[in-house]
Amino acid sequence: MGKHLFLGDEAIAQAAIDAGLSGVYAYPGTPSTEITEYIQNATEAKEKNIRSKWCVNEKTAMEAALGMCYAGKRALCCMKHVGLNVAADCFMNAAMSGVHGGLIIVTADDPSMHSSQNEQDNRVLGNFAMIPMLEPSCQQEAYDMVYNGFELSEKTGYPLLLRITTRMAHSRATVETRRKKEQNRLSFPQDGKQRFILLPGIARQRFKALLKAQETFTRESEVSPYNVYFDAPDKRLGIITTGIAFNYLSENYPEGFEHPVLKIGQYPLPRKPIERLANACGEILVLEEGFPVVEEQLKGFLGRGLILHGRLDQTLPRDGELTPDSVGRALGKSIVAYYDVPEIVKQRPPALCAGCGHRDVYEALNEVLKSYPDTAKVFSDIGCYTLGALPPFHSIESCIDMGASITMAKGAAEAGVFPAICVIGDSTFTHSGMTGLLDCVNEQTPVTIIISDNETTAMTGGQNSAGTGRLESICRGLGVAEEHVRVMIPLKKNYEEMKGILREEIAYKGVSVVIPRRACIQTLKRKHPVRK
Amino acid sequence: MKTDLILAGVGGQGILTIAAIIGQAALLEGLYMKQAEVHGMSQRGGDVQSNLRLSDRPIASDLIPRGQAELILALEPMESLRYLPFLKQDGWVVTHSQPYLNIPNYPAPEQVNEELRKLPRTVALDVEKIAKDLGSAQVANTVMLGAATPFLGIGYHRIENGVERIFRGKGEAIVRLNLQALRAGADAAQAHRNP
Repeated sequence: MGKHLFLGDEAIAQAAIDAGLSGVYAYPGTPSTEITEYIQNATEAKEKNIRSKWCVNEKTAMEAALGMCYAGKRALCCMKHVGLNVAADCFMNAAMSGVHGGLIIVTADDPSMHSSQNEQDNRVLGNFAMIPMLEPSCQQEAYDMVYNGFELSEKTGYPLLLRITTRMAHSRATVETRRKKEQNRLSFPQDGKQRFILLPGIARQRFKALLKAQETFTRESEVSPYNVYFDAPDKRLGIITTGIAFNYLSENYPEGFEHPVLKIGQYPLPRKPIERLANACGEILVLEEGFPVVEEQLKGFLGRGLILHGRLDQTLPRDGELTPDSVGRALGKSIVAYYDVPEIVKQRPPALCAGCGHRDVYEALNEVLKSYPDTAKVFSDIGCYTLGALPPFHSIESCIDMGASITMAKGAAEAGVFPAICVIGDSTFTHSGMTGLLDCVNEQTPVTIIISDNETTAMTGGQNSAGTGRLESICRGLGVAEEHVRVMIPLKKNYEEMKGILREEIAYKGVSVVIPRRACIQTLKRKHPVRK
Repeated sequence: MKTDLILAGVGGQGILTIAAIIGQAALLEGLYMKQAEVHGMSQRGGDVQSNLRLSDRPIASDLIPRGQAELILALEPMESLRYLPFLKQDGWVVTHSQPYLNIPNYPAPEQVNEELRKLPRTVALDVEKIAKDLGSAQVANTVMLGAATPFLGIGYHRIENGVERIFRGKGEAIVRLNLQALRAGADAAQAHRNP
């Protein structure tokens, strides 16, 4: 117990430890990474033998977390928003089986796409799975929700989805921690086979149970301390906030609210306070970070039309994260005088580090592909090497989802593209590239797959990479011919050799894997800091 | 009291260490604090910033509203200008004077200085030079923080406590060097402030 300065991510991690966590399961992804890292680095977690190593991907993470909960213990499963797409198969069906020990799934959404390919709002997936959701407005609430959440999960028998966004994950504030709880003992669900074996006959029963549980979930929301009604005199407008939108509203009313406000932090939507707000106020403004999830749900929620304002009617922008200013404009607040950004200020996009091995890979590849003007296509993937899209390289054509480089190159080759090249990182390859490679092997598709191996998960800060030291054997094991698994060291002095290998493997009409291998210079620096 | 400040720089320059020191000082002072930072993609040599809010009353938003920051503290002069919309009309810009050149179209240094001169209250210092004069370029960020101490609204000795806490694990000599750097920055700011 005590006061600490925590990132939202760290508050979640400490709360889970304090609540008797037995294991955290995750794959790194901004802005969720620091939750698992905190637990990995906590002495207390080591002493309590809390399981915390990185998983190969979000799906394996969630399945293992479900297994731990099956055995009665408390588990946390963390990912960035797009990670939930990878884990969606398990996620949807964990809502059917339910859990025995408590399970909290954390989705760290990234509105405004600070470090992501899209800004999907995973409350949509939470509603899809029909499980209870929590969305904190501040770091203390994030702590409390996790600290108490495992009990809610065990009481209802279902996993919870905790949804945070970038500004919650990566903002620091003071958090008061609470008494430490013991871990659960090993135990098994009494009706386990009637819940976890989702054969159609059982699954139909489980779906009826899930539908019935919605009443319980709504009742829990109605008594939740995270759903709070603030009355105020001016009833022309009522305001609903979710998550951190409440803070931007409060920022605009330092002396107290003028209009009634319903602050929502727990879903499904609580019926009674929404009825109260709708009955009291002429119109409703919905402030939510992400998609207009609540705004859409409110249409018809009470069986009658409501006059709603929010992202759908352009009172707020449809895309991007909220700010105190965008919320102020929606409330008709006057604009404070401000300076413009001087015209001379230029964009400064991120770039591959000086000395990075990916640079050498792209330079050699660009040289080789000059022999195939217009016909060569390079499909890439998610990681630092996506920056090969920018000047001076302009090397790649695509970056879609984890592992898509291999399979897009395959499809393009099948459409007639030659040469069809893929550039993927080592961690992304083991995350979701291996299955695509097996597809290529099974059809002997003519693709050249470059696994640019820096022996780490670099973009998210240098976490362990699941296949380090075993990439060649993995590729051979999947059926790539031994003579077409080629390793090279991406350095300027090796350019001729690198180009030679690339030319040979492009010429080969089958599956080749080229592995340029050199450790990430950032990760090296962290592991071996220069002593001064 | 209330101090909203924006820390700005280029990924890898180390604005988060400065934020951590101020955070420790604020905690010791018993202030409320919120600090939003950016991790991930943008740390690879791109522009980075952190919103830091200190107050003796609870703070609502993690982000600073436009036109309300008392201070922009920047490790790079063009980056100090990027966040001007958040600066109060009479706010301070405290910045390192030497450009970080990793883009081909960086404006002429004179243009950057010209824009800085248009602002009512600025401090521009070559903190790298000051740090090297102290014997280590590594402490440039602490010099920069020192230069901002007159405008933070937290007592100088508290910032010293913050420095001690953050560098304690690195040994007595490192703590002493950083305290010297802090002092050198504060002195230089007094000598070069405009007005």
